[in-house]
Amino acid sequence: MTGTLKAYAVRLFPQVAALAIILFMVSLAFPGFFKLSFQNDRLYGSLIDILNRGAPVALLAIGMTVVIATKGIDLSVGAVMAICGAVAAASITAGHSLAFTLAVTISTGILCGLWNGVLVAVLDIQPIIATLVLMVAGRGIAQLITEGAILTFNHPGLIFIGSGSLFGLPMPVIIWLGFGLIVALLVRRTALGMLIEAVGVNRRASRLSGVSTGVLLIAAYMLSGLCAALAGIIAAADIRGADANNAGLWLELDAILAVVVGGTSLLGGRFSIAASLLGAMIIQSINTGILLSGFPPEFNLIIKAAIIVLILVIQSPRAQSAFIWLSRARATEPTKGQEAK
Amino acid sequence: MNPRYLPLTATVAIFLIAYAVCIAQYPNMLSTRVIGNLLTDNAFLGIAAVGMTFVILSGGIDLSIGAVIAFTGVFLAVLLQSTAIHPLVAFALALIITTAFGAIMGAIIHHLEMPPFIVTLAGMFLARGMAFVLSIDSIPIKHPFYTTLKSFYYVLPGGGRLTLIGGLMLVVFLVGILIAHRTRFGADVYALGGGTATARLMGVPIGRTTILIYALSGFLAGLSGIVFSLYTSAGYSLATVGVELDAIAAVVIGGTLLTGGSGFVAGTLIGILIQGLIQTYITFDGSLSSWWTKILIGLLLFAFILLQKALILLSDRKRRHA
Repeated sequence: MTGTLKAYAVRLFPQVAALAIILFMVSLAFPGFFKLSFQNDRLYGSLIDILNRGAPVALLAIGMTVVIATKGIDLSVGAVMAICGAVAAASITAGHSLAFTLAVTISTGILCGLWNGVLVAVLDIQPIIATLVLMVAGRGIAQLITEGAILTFNHPGLIFIGSGSLFGLPMPVIIWLGFGLIVALLVRRTALGMLIEAVGVNRRASRLSGVSTGVLLIAAYMLSGLCAALAGIIAAADIRGADANNAGLWLELDAILAVVVGGTSLLGGRFSIAASLLGAMIIQSINTGILLSGFPPEFNLIIKAAIIVLILVIQSPRAQSAFIWLSRARATEPTKGQEAK
Repeated sequence: MNPRYLPLTATVAIFLIAYAVCIAQYPNMLSTRVIGNLLTDNAFLGIAAVGMTFVILSGGIDLSIGAVIAFTGVFLAVLLQSTAIHPLVAFALALIITTAFGAIMGAIIHHLEMPPFIVTLAGMFLARGMAFVLSIDSIPIKHPFYTTLKSFYYVLPGGGRLTLIGGLMLVVFLVGILIAHRTRFGADVYALGGGTATARLMGVPIGRTTILIYALSGFLAGLSGIVFSLYTSAGYSLATVGVELDAIAAVVIGGTLLTGGSGFVAGTLIGILIQGLIQTYITFDGSLSSWWTKILIGLLLFAFILLQKALILLSDRKRRHA
């Protein structure tokens, strides 16, 4: 058991260290950063704010991690968020109950995922292209549902999901922490995670060894759709309306970035949901940190780009072989080279 | 018929049928005015899409072009507003910057062996970020040279205008076709798209070709940015968001195989025109909402991906029988 814990600690160390460094740097620029206060039955403070604001990206990152582990990618999550937000708003303003609205919205997200999954697994289309279709058409579909307007709603139950609080924490935080825990347990306490990694490393070999790759691939995209639905509900509930144009805009890129920062390779294979969630928090800390420290927000994108390049260099097969060459004293792992196309 | 030409034929047929349907409903659409506007309104997208065609032919992808177009626009606007240099010099500077930017991305893709998707994603953030840093406002360009450039147009029979930027797009497509089919670089791009390993065995300089491809894409994105700044007479860092998706869609609708190695630059022009036609139809109709454009393009994209899949299956089966 201690061995497993140690393995987790080693795996998550770079992300935890990066997060700690960023939080420390922000606290230098903004002294009251770590201060937490308890008011109106919930915690307030910049740290809680980061957890809260990062909820959509964290949720998307959960699904994206699994999809990327299968050597895929899901570009449509932002558009699916917009569709699901629109569906939720349309259903609640039409007078349906909260339970019905949530059920319909989540089913919509899963259905979008099913579409992507079928394109990738059954029609065997490259994931980037397969999910591009929904990315392009998705916002149009969302506009169709909201009829071009921003649908606003006033249902206290739905708004609670975006801005309510439970056990002293904001609702979005509870949702992403809880959902992340469920998915992580599901893939790690069963063989599911290993099978997903097998599909990502070599789809053909895993099919030949009896893994039902098609079902797993479709399930991965459906999970991603489900995550996008949850993120879409939170985003809509947060602003009390569904904005088909801007809900989840470019969040697919942030989610992919969170997964990459979390150390999961875009080439598929080994993944860690906890690390991706830390990645999402790193991105949100940078966003919040730039705002708090009074830097012009214009620099946000440049800093993000610099971080991606840095991680790319560290993750690249060439740099890894250099690391291994440098640390030859230790037992060396074989370099995981880029697989031939 | 050679199955290689089938996607291109399908694209041309769809364009002609769609145009015929449009004319049947709105006879006014059959005029050189509409065609002239179609070329002018889509000039910047078309020029960028030529670069994207080369990138996709080589089996890569470039997500940075929308951001590079916006950066070029802001760069020109800021430069012309705060200095006295001539626009032509500013154009040259912008093209040098964007070409170098593309070349650096190509070098990172090749030397660090990273997927083009994530490298150009970083490039997109960087270019958009640089545009924000230069200015977050929409800056008008009031240089007299811009007015002069805009006054150049060729009157087509029927009163339509072939503007400078519309003409430039056609020239870029022509040069693109020549490069793709008549030069060694073009052959190298196709070879690279067919498979890196085979291309290396054939003696294609992989590194040089990869860097050149992304440099070309950067150059054309810069040129597209110049055209866009002429088209709008302004530079704005939030402009042309998502243009890379339109360009990719145009390339796919134009019949280029997304796995690389097969396709035509000319097909991309038809892909651009189909997208423009959908928009024009929606404008003529007046009651349809503009979001139908997105849905229709998404459907077309899906139809063409299916067509490509079917073609690959067919050719595989033929090979197995042979």
